[in-house]
Formats: sequence, structure tokens, C-alpha cells
Amino acid sequence: MSTHPATASTRPANSEGREISMMTGLHGDAEREVPDVPPDPVMEALKLNVFYGDFHAVHDVNLSFGKHEITALIGPSGCGKSTVLRCLNRMNDLVAGARVDGEVTYHGQNIYARKVDPIAVRTQIGMVFQKPNPFPKSIYDNIAYGPRVTGMKVDNMDDLVEEALQGAALWDEVKDKLKQSAYGLSGGQQQRLCIARTIATKPDVILMDEPCSALDPIATSRIEDLMLQMRDDYTIIIVTHNMQQAARVSDRTAFFTARPDETTGNRTGLLVEFDRTSNIFANPADKRTEDYISGRFG
Amino acid sequence: MSVATSTAREVTRTVSTGRSKDKSLGSLVFLGALWFSLFFGVMVLLVLIVDTAIEGSPRFDSALITEYGSRVRPESTGFRAGILGSLWLMVFTALFAVPLGIAAALYLEEFADGDRWWNRLIELNLQNLAAVPAIVYGLLAVAVMALMGFGRSGIVLGGAIALALLILPVIIITTREAVRSVPQEIRQGSLALGATVWQTTWRQTLPSAVPGIATGTILGLSRAIGEAAPLIVVGLAGSVRFDPTGVMSEITALPMMIYSLTSNSQEEFRTAASAAIIVLLIMILGLNALAIYIRNKFQKTW
Repeated sequence: MSTHPATASTRPANSEGREISMMTGLHGDAEREVPDVPPDPVMEALKLNVFYGDFHAVHDVNLSFGKHEITALIGPSGCGKSTVLRCLNRMNDLVAGARVDGEVTYHGQNIYARKVDPIAVRTQIGMVFQKPNPFPKSIYDNIAYGPRVTGMKVDNMDDLVEEALQGAALWDEVKDKLKQSAYGLSGGQQQRLCIARTIATKPDVILMDEPCSALDPIATSRIEDLMLQMRDDYTIIIVTHNMQQAARVSDRTAFFTARPDETTGNRTGLLVEFDRTSNIFANPADKRTEDYISGRFG
Repeated sequence: MSVATSTAREVTRTVSTGRSKDKSLGSLVFLGALWFSLFFGVMVLLVLIVDTAIEGSPRFDSALITEYGSRVRPESTGFRAGILGSLWLMVFTALFAVPLGIAAALYLEEFADGDRWWNRLIELNLQNLAAVPAIVYGLLAVAVMALMGFGRSGIVLGGAIALALLILPVIIITTREAVRSVPQEIRQGSLALGATVWQTTWRQTLPSAVPGIATGTILGLSRAIGEAAPLIVVGLAGSVRFDPTGVMSEITALPMMIYSLTSNSQEEFRTAASAAIIVLLIMILGLNALAIYIRNKFQKTW
């Protein structure tokens, strides 16, 4: 029962693809065939360096993110994985003093090129944050917000809202209270609402910055199930502190670590190893990865 | 019970009751000093209000607020012109000061680069502006009026400009506080969906900050309503005998009328002034109560 990406992309969102993911659920996708290299990469980072003022935060990261794959970025705190993630939709632009060297390409186009509008980048590459951050509005308006501000052509907003909530496996829980405040939802529901909100603008790639770290285990497993379902339609890149989570959901894992500078002592993040998740966890090529995975470090 | 638990309980009790079990002489003396200060402050205010109320009590009648000021019949002189004038001033002060204040605060919080020297200069000036004596704003308003070519003094426009300048720093500072209290996550969530900074400010930050802005504005207005000094400079009369009809109307304001009557030699006028002080206090307390109501009713917990 392999869900090869090539076939997955052509299948409608809620046919058997969803059931397969549901069945595999928390046990991950051991059966899923993951090619040696990311297939049909949607995004690539090429010699990506990030600076905050004089501080060199990330050094020479090269990554590519395969279409309809889940890529996990793992590593100890301060290793730059969240920084890398935020570069992928130019959210780092909002940090004062942040500077990016190298390229991040989206379908071959460098998103840091001068003529590229970061606003347009963010509509294609959505983001879900660590802490659920619904807007202080109704559930309905939370979903409709993205399409409204981006001026998306929407035939029927009600349908779009339903579709987005279905896509985030939240519809059944909230369909009777769409006009109520999103703050009445539980943490896990709020996070799924944020995912639904991201889906509503019809992005191609979804970035998730430790999406489950503020949630309890049950809410976490629901989000993980959801990610596996969503893989059929989106390319997902997730930063996580939870290695079991990376093992459960991701097809490919990038391990980062932090290297202290000899003179200043500032810790610069760098990519140690990028491989299929099964390889990273079963037989990592790098000693540092092995130490981290086996819990001897970090 | 472990030490940690008992200590925690002790701290909880101290915090929740405000009482400390510390009974050393020094702390008792200090506590006594605190109580005295509190007592002193409250007593002075109370004595002032009660004394004024007693003095003004013969004039708590409808004529006080429905009649114009009268030199001929001091026993039924009223403050109609002053009350209406103050209300008109408040409306136009708000019209001038609120949009300007909110715009300035939003620029400083959401758009300005705090590292630039001119933004730092603006910030420094803002702190200083809040401490400028009210009368200086009156002089400034006179200058502005002269520059705009308005020959007449003592009109709604001049008074409103003076008061707007006076409360502008208050509005800017409170609006900035309100805007700053909107969590960064909300802005990021909006920007990550492809909204522009402008859309994010307009659709997320500003609506969430409205209760705080309203509270600050009302508190600013309640300060402005009690001011007489800038209005004297702008040339408001101590008494007029007609209702304001527009921005160019000559008006008076309640504090102005009180000021001109308290120095009058006739006992009836001083009584009327005391009663008018109570009216002014009620207006101010009403505004403050409204501010507290808005703050509590719409306060957001994130």
C-alpha cells in the first residue's frame, strides 16, 4: 500500500488516500517508498546563510523539499532550524536586522530575488506557528480572513470555509458554531483552525514551526494524522523538537546542530545530515546525528 | 509539610491578604506612614468635595443647568452656556486629537524603525510634550489660529485646538500601549497568510486595540474638560448668553465660568460656582466611569 507521490498528486483529496493515512496513523509510514532524493523538488535552499546583525545564525544550508513529502527539521535548541523554516516564506524579513545570503527557490524561482514580493510568496507558502494563534474573530472569519486580504477570487465563501475546515479535520466539531469566537475552542482545535486558515488561501507548501509543542498528546496525534492526510495535497515542512514525531510523520529528515565560533562563542547553526527519515533514525551516517537520536546529546 | 509548601502558603497568604506577619518596629512604622499618606490623600479630597457640595447645595436646582449666566439675578444664575460650551469643546477636541493621535501611535509602533534618529527624537519629544504646562498649548493654539487667519478669539475652533494639542500626547501614549499589548503572534499569523503590514494593522491590530484606545481617549478628554488655563489664553469669555451654533461660535466653558464667578464679591455667585464645580466633577467622574466600563467590558485576554 504505497502512496507514491507521483500518484498521490493526481488523486482527489478525500478518497482512499485519506483512509490509508488514517490506517497507518501513528505508526508512521514504514511501507511508504521514499525515493533516494526528493522527487520533483518544490523548494530548495542553496547555500543559505542567515545573519542577525553581526551574528551568523545559519551557515551554508543546502536542502531540497520534495513534492508531497513531509520533511522534518530536527536538532537541539539554537541550531537554526526555525530560522531556516522562517526563511522559506520570508517571515524572517520581519525580524529587524535579519539578512539572508544564498538562495531559496520555489519552483526554480529565487524568492529572495529583488522583484519578488514577499506577500505573494506567503500566499503560496503558508505557515503554522508553535502557539495556536487564531485571530480574535469568529471561526468563520478566521478562515475567510486569508482569502479576503489576498483578494482571492472566491465563488462561495461558505463553501471555501467548509472545504478548509474539512481539510483540517475540524468541520464536524465546529460546523454548528461557525459564528462563535475561535477563542472558545480547545488548544488542539485552535491549532487545527490555524491549519484550516492556512489551507483556505490554497497554498502549495505549508511550513509548521513546532505545531504540537503547546498541545497535549491526544491533540498532537490528531495533528499528526492530519499532516499525513494533507501530504497528498501539500508539501509540508515541519520543525519539531520531538524526535518520535519526526519519525512518525516525516518522509525525510534534516538534522541540524549548532557549532560555537572559536573566537566569539556565538553558536552558528549548520546542517549535519539530510536523508530519508528511516535512514536518519536507523543508521545515521554522521556520529553527531547518532548521538542526538540516541539521546546522548541535546 | 515540606518547607517549600509552607513557604509557598505563607507567600500566598501574604500576597492574597496584603498582610505580612513581619512585626518588627521598622516595618510597623513604615506601615503607619503608608496608612497616614493614604488617609491624608483621601481626606483632603473628601473634605474638598463635601465642603464644596455643602456650599453649593442651595443652588442644586434646574436653573443651574438650564439658565444663562445673569448679573441681574444672581440667585438664579445658570451655567447653560458653560456646560454646552464644554460639551462642544469635547466633541471637537476629540475630532482633532483622536485621528491624529491614533495615526501617530500606529506609525511609531507598527511602521517606524526605532533605530533611526528621527524616530527616537519623536519619541523623546512625545515624553516631553506630556509634561508641557497646559497654558503653553493655549499660546500655541493662539499662534495656530493667527496663522490660519482667524481674527476672532474665544471661539470653539481655537479652544478645541488648544485642548487637542494638550491631550494629543496622552492619546498617543495610551494608544501605543494598547497597540503594543496586541500579541506579536496575531500579526505574524496575519502576515503569514499573505496580508500586507497595512492590512494587518487595519484589520487585526487596530480593532484589538480599540478598547485601550477608547479608554485613553476618554481619560484624556476628562483631563481636557477641567482645563481653564489654555482656554483663558485662547480668549474664551467668562460668560456668554447664547448657545454655540458652529465651530466659529463664541463660547465659554464650565471651568471658565467657575473661574470668573469664584472671584466675584457677591455671595450668590460664589454659591453658584460651588454648585457648578459639583456639576463639573460629575461630568469628569462620568467620563472616567465610562472609561473604566469600556476597559472592563472589552478587555481582551490573550
